Amino acid sequence: MSSGEKYVAAAYLVVFVAVLVYLVIMQLKLQRLQRELAELAELAQERRAREEHEPAPREAAEVG
Amino acid sequence: MLAATLVCAAIALIFFWVPEDADQGFSQKIFYFHVPIAVTAYACFGWGAFKAFMHLWKRPPEADLQSYVAIHLGVIFGALTLVTGSIWAKASWGVWWTWSSQQLVLFLVLFLFYSAYFMLRFSVDPGPARANVSAVYALFGLVLIPVSFLAIRLAEDFIHPTVFTPAGPQMADSMFLTFCVALAAMLALASALYRLELTGKRLDATMKRLREALE
Repeated sequence: MSSGEKYVAAAYLVVFVAVLVYLVIMQLKLQRLQRELAELAELAQERRAREEHEPAPREAAEVG
Repeated sequence: MLAATLVCAAIALIFFWVPEDADQGFSQKIFYFHVPIAVTAYACFGWGAFKAFMHLWKRPPEADLQSYVAIHLGVIFGALTLVTGSIWAKASWGVWWTWSSQQLVLFLVLFLFYSAYFMLRFSVDPGPARANVSAVYALFGLVLIPVSFLAIRLAEDFIHPTVFTPAGPQMADSMFLTFCVALAAMLALASALYRLELTGKRLDATMKRLREALE
């Protein structure tokens, strides 16, 4: 490999590594968002289950 | 998908089709990525400044975020311009950097100016004040873009080559076609990364609101 070829390879490698690192960071971010979304869905389900099991507050009725 | 196709096409043209430069030889192939990356960096900074202007003028809800993402990408492409340019300089001139080239120095100034944007942005609490300060700063940088772009034409710089002159591109048709494909590839790549990052940021913001509502 000539020195010119080495420099060209280095330049193109730098660009591809940078794009790859960017994409890996975005992938990690999407994974984190996916985890958070699952947590929030679980939280919403728990809240719904709690509301269904708890008796609804009774309305005051007039007697007599 | 379009970006990936164009990048593959550009690489195929660069390494299997376009002839070697008679003067610089094989190392001239850095040109096909270096210049399109630099133009893409200018485009990102320009788009960021345009969105900043829109934020200050009409205040659409997402303009500040769009300006931030564009400048973020501009800084990434700017860093790649400096690195690939430095490698090309070493191959062609025998030095990694030269302070005597106004084109290089002005691009470095532009890069550092927009790098400082993040320091300013994150030193202000989130809210309208941060968005306004960031927008004004992004607009100031707009002045540097044409200065940096035209520096080589305004100054008598004999180190950095001038390929695009008022008489047209100073290269063979096959080289110009390859350059155009590489430029389209870089612009498509930047556009894809812009949309990806913007979607991530939007999702992040929506998730935050959802968490606040549920907790």
